[in-house]
Amino acid sequence: MIVPLLTLVFGVDIRYAIGASLVSVIATSSGAAAAYVREGYTNIRIGMFLEIATTLGALLGAFLAARISTGAIGIIFGLMLIYSAWLSSRPRPAIPITDTPDPWSERLRLNGSYPQGETLQAYQVHRVPAGFGLMIGAGTLSGLLGIGSGAMKVLAMDQIMKIPFKVSTTTSNFMIGVTAAASAGVYLKRGFIDPGLAMPVMLGVLTGSMLGARVLLKSPTKRLRLVFGLVIVVMGIEMIFNALTGRL
Amino acid sequence: MKPPDSYSDYKLEQWIGNLLRIGVFLAAAVVLIGGVMFLAQHGSEHPDYNSFHAQTNAFRSVTGVVKDAAAHDSRGIIQLGLLLLIFTPIARVIFSAMGFAVERDYLYVAITLVVLGVLLYSLLKLS
Repeated sequence: MIVPLLTLVFGVDIRYAIGASLVSVIATSSGAAAAYVREGYTNIRIGMFLEIATTLGALLGAFLAARISTGAIGIIFGLMLIYSAWLSSRPRPAIPITDTPDPWSERLRLNGSYPQGETLQAYQVHRVPAGFGLMIGAGTLSGLLGIGSGAMKVLAMDQIMKIPFKVSTTTSNFMIGVTAAASAGVYLKRGFIDPGLAMPVMLGVLTGSMLGARVLLKSPTKRLRLVFGLVIVVMGIEMIFNALTGRL
Repeated sequence: MKPPDSYSDYKLEQWIGNLLRIGVFLAAAVVLIGGVMFLAQHGSEHPDYNSFHAQTNAFRSVTGVVKDAAAHDSRGIIQLGLLLLIFTPIARVIFSAMGFAVERDYLYVAITLVVLGVLLYSLLKLS
């Protein structure tokens, strides 16, 4: 959201926008992760193991970002926005768990439990190699576009590895900070992170996320999601249009 | 190998949670101080972010940023805060490695060190 806002509305160069966005992603994800981890939802082993994939992907993405044209980044960004809007508009199919848990999840001790009411609910992890592969992709997108790519991380953990939703969303959030930190080094060296721009963006987003968490509880989620989805699609189309007409 | 003890995982989770909270708070505070100074010094100028010109060399390396921040340069102080922010998840990884070592979970010590290696490679080798 930050990158299209900065580039489309304020006309900021996409490289500065990516740098500022990356910094704010680290801030919000670390802030939120602090709370989730203490409540015991986050599975730090799953997070740690999959961070191998996301950090390597992030390095690759950051390398690509410094080498391909801003137009190409814009087109990829636009497509990603439209895809993620489509993903969130669709109801999440509840996949029945039929296959046996992956032997890897036993070997890597990924299976865990999370608090549900008064008791601990145990769960098992499936299809570890496929999830790991998708995480490399999520990391690459994060490094290339300066985003958290939380949606793709949740997709990998929720839909493929069949980790309970509460655990996959909080663990995804837990991983975002480390993933973003991996590409931040490359961005810093390339001069993408401008202090004058990153300062208001980081402070603003951090304040907003603290306020938003309170407002969200009172909002009608269904209509909110629809409006949000439409805005994302429009931004995606505009991003691609600007990239194709060379205005990015 | 001793199986991981869920009680020490609980302790590790509390530690990590506190570490993240302190890191973000500290980074935000430093950025805010730098930001106030920056606005006092450059608030009336019109910044140009429409075209990209890479930062001066001082802002691209850890030592350069620290040197500028020590000289009370507002942009340097903001960058220092941003560096603190980038170090927060890295510190979390170091903490996890130590936590897994205490639990004698050497498989996860190794996994964590791989992640730490990638992070340090990105931050030190490339900048």
